Amino acid sequence: MNNVFVICEVDEGKIADVSLELMTKGRSLANQLKCKLEALVLGHNLKGIEKELYPYGADVIHIGDDERLDPYTTLPHTSVIVDLFKKEEPQIALLGASTFGRDLGPRVSSALQSGLTADCTSLEIGPHEDKKAGKTYENLLYQIRPAFGGNIVATIINPDCRPQMATVREGVMKKEIFDATYKGKVNKIDVDAILKPEDLVVKVIERHMEKSKVNIKNSSIIVSGGYGVGSKENFDLLFELAEVLGAEVGASRAAVDAGFAEHERQIGQTGVTVRPKLYIACGISGQIQHTAGMEESSMIIAINNDPNAPINKIADYAITGDVGEVVPKLIKFYKQNTK
Amino acid sequence: MGLNVIVLAKQVPDTRNVGKDAMKADGTVNRAALPAIFNPEDLNALEQALRLKDKYPGTTITILTMGPGRAADIIREGLYRGADNGYLLTDRAFAGSDTLATSYALSCALKKMSKIDLIIAGRQAIDGDTAQVGPQVAEKLGLPQVTYAEEVISAEGGSITIKRRLERGVETVEMPLPGVITVNASAPECRPRNAKLLMKFKHARTITERQGEAEDYIDLTADRPYLNIEEWSVNDIESDMNWLGLSGSPTKVKKIENVVFQAKEAKHLTPADEEIDELMKELIANHTIG
Repeated sequence: MNNVFVICEVDEGKIADVSLELMTKGRSLANQLKCKLEALVLGHNLKGIEKELYPYGADVIHIGDDERLDPYTTLPHTSVIVDLFKKEEPQIALLGASTFGRDLGPRVSSALQSGLTADCTSLEIGPHEDKKAGKTYENLLYQIRPAFGGNIVATIINPDCRPQMATVREGVMKKEIFDATYKGKVNKIDVDAILKPEDLVVKVIERHMEKSKVNIKNSSIIVSGGYGVGSKENFDLLFELAEVLGAEVGASRAAVDAGFAEHERQIGQTGVTVRPKLYIACGISGQIQHTAGMEESSMIIAINNDPNAPINKIADYAITGDVGEVVPKLIKFYKQNTK
Repeated sequence: MGLNVIVLAKQVPDTRNVGKDAMKADGTVNRAALPAIFNPEDLNALEQALRLKDKYPGTTITILTMGPGRAADIIREGLYRGADNGYLLTDRAFAGSDTLATSYALSCALKKMSKIDLIIAGRQAIDGDTAQVGPQVAEKLGLPQVTYAEEVISAEGGSITIKRRLERGVETVEMPLPGVITVNASAPECRPRNAKLLMKFKHARTITERQGEAEDYIDLTADRPYLNIEEWSVNDIESDMNWLGLSGSPTKVKKIENVVFQAKEAKHLTPADEEIDELMKELIANHTIG
């Protein structure tokens, strides 16, 4: 009772990375709260899936294995989770801010009338005093997220409703094995007893899933472009530089919105979070929406026309100049010096 | 077969264009300086509704929005593009609502409306980016949902077929009506205003707006009822006050911090050949690259 739960997402028969990242975070929250960490996995053909979760410190793994839970649709998942949560009364429930979590999370929170904070960038435990009501709270989950287009950072709490629910994007938390020999127990959910015919009204007719072609998350060097790059043609220069350096190309939301780069290259609050060895920011002004997703890079080189661009405040090297002029020079002098 | 379609829309500050004049001297956002716009993905949602109307004659499109009085602007904007009528849900009792309290209020308003076949909303609003209200409304009404919709393929025989855009692929799903769908920015853009509709609806007003205008306009709706934008307060919907506004919001804002960049010493360079050459030598020497 009153434990920390992670609602896990199953991706091609394996636990999705974002869920494992949340298990790591969930473990540290559970330690702080001196409670258990429980995982919840729903799908079909899940035999042995618990072995993937134990090393992340799972004390209990609830598994609902039923063909009606794969492929994912909203209603049967919601029914099983709501049923379990009414019995288990978790104090915290975390899920990935993927299309899965952002479809499922609000549905579950609405059914339980509990609060849900989307796209948190940090989760902490702390107290709260409600002076108006004369109430004090201990050990609340601080759900920290940028809001208002990234211009403010808000700390959200759910003082009275449980579970305190939050979604977190992939790459925001760090995935770490807690104890390779950790052992918990499995609770098999009786899915058949829960599902009703009206849960099964939405049918998946067809599904085309592709493996992601772009792998910016695991690239040690990223050449990234913003709106200031100016055109899709100028973006080709970034691809050239990336090719030469063995890097991957990323983009800001503004550049993606402008059609300069594909969505899967988007870095920042509404894209992926990266921590490369070197991040070359080209024509990126440095709005928090973007920097939230790259500021932990070991080294940042910013190329911008504006010497006062906010990105320069977090950069190690700030080159004031035109992307179209500077990038070819980087290529040229890199080649010259490595010959 | 015509459908009764409701489009959920929100008026939002244009957070994408936070320019220099939108920042106050203390570095905080001057919300008043930001233009109020039709939430972009709600326009994608409206377009899907309009396409249904093109395809299935007899379809009516109603815009429902919750917000302050000036949110009537987006209802007019919807009428200019082809919606048939609109409802503005406005009351101080709704102030301070989080997504759940918003969803509750909207669901109460939706329950008051006559037979609904389909509710379409944008995936998320740009001032919060939460993507919660669509699914939360669906749950409150006990309706099925399809999120991340990119295209409504057909709506026949009491069910709707939808193409969804997921992170790494597409999915085609079928949902019985009535139901809720939320539409992605990757769906087709909304058609522009139609000149004839602009003329027709330019004087569309809520009752509060009419009361503030010159007398000539007050009686305009008597012979042109389509110029009335329905305005509902908390008294027009059946709701439990405990579930509305601040008291109905499980999430509370504990703290707001304006974003301030932590300054660190950057080495400033110019694009001069020597400087770029020097930089590359340095990066190669310390094994950052190469």
